[in-house]
Amino acid sequence: MKLRNLSTVAIAAAFALFAFAPTAAHAQFAAPPLAASTVPAADLIQPADLNKLLSGPAAARPLILQVGSKLMFDQAHIPGSEYIGAGSQPDGLNALTTRVKTLAKNKFIALYCGCCPWGRCPNVGNAYKALRDQGFTNVKVVYMANNFGADWVTPGYPVAH
Amino acid sequence: MLTRRLRQSVALLAVALGAVYAQAAPPASLLVNHKAPGVVSHDLNGKPLNLAALRGKVVLLNFWATWCAPCQLEMPAFERWQKQYAAQGLAVAGISMDDDAGAVRKTITKLRVSYPIAMGTAALGRSYGGVLGLPETFLIDRAGVIRAQFQGETDLNKIEAAIKSLLESH
Repeated sequence: MKLRNLSTVAIAAAFALFAFAPTAAHAQFAAPPLAASTVPAADLIQPADLNKLLSGPAAARPLILQVGSKLMFDQAHIPGSEYIGAGSQPDGLNALTTRVKTLAKNKFIALYCGCCPWGRCPNVGNAYKALRDQGFTNVKVVYMANNFGADWVTPGYPVAH
Repeated sequence: MLTRRLRQSVALLAVALGAVYAQAAPPASLLVNHKAPGVVSHDLNGKPLNLAALRGKVVLLNFWATWCAPCQLEMPAFERWQKQYAAQGLAVAGISMDDDAGAVRKTITKLRVSYPIAMGTAALGRSYGGVLGLPETFLIDRAGVIRAQFQGETDLNKIEAAIKSLLESH
């Protein structure tokens, strides 16, 4: 029985390590980034659904924050979105905290990155957790399966430069 | 009845696999078989990096970043190929899409990358069709024409086969 419990714990630990460490190639980060898969499915928003909101009434639109690369943001971004900084970096998380400091905790916020395939994104997991930890209750993360180019630009959704 | 259910299950599985495949397939590139946009910069050691000066060589041009995990899995192979195929005319160049050169220097030291790395710009990214997901690698033939584009995490054997094919074709 004890052996069985031990095996269960070992399997759970191995699963947790896998889930929270998207890859070993993250030595440049102060702490291992949280995998995008740690964002609950209920808090994901598909690009098509966000696009519908963009063309809807202004009151229903979220505050859209890009938590990835500045260079990518400068090339193309979602109209009306704001560049914050990489969610995997302390500076990016500090900038995120500063940006939302005065907002109501029920403010509708949509985070996106799109630097890498979803399972490899080092930014959105940390940024989502930071907002949730600060008490924000209406945070969605835009699900970019491949990257911003393939999942937002190529389908023809609006882009600002 | 059982056969019918089995057929339905197989059909459903085929549709599901098709959907997964379609999602993974990169969009068709408009740059392939066109002249490679110019790259005129300096690498992190201050040496000029000019794509035009590499005419006559097959060039592997790789866009990457320090925060891109799949990029760093590829780079040791690029380093190896640069040495392995140098005599046949391969040149490797990297463009970092990072915002901070300091992190880039640390990463290339850690990965022992010796091929030239320059910092990218939004304008350069846009000239290559918008580098809006990494890694992104272009293979350019000896005449300066893009012959292959690899977006996202790619089977390294596939890239190496394309390099060999270009090296042997002229």
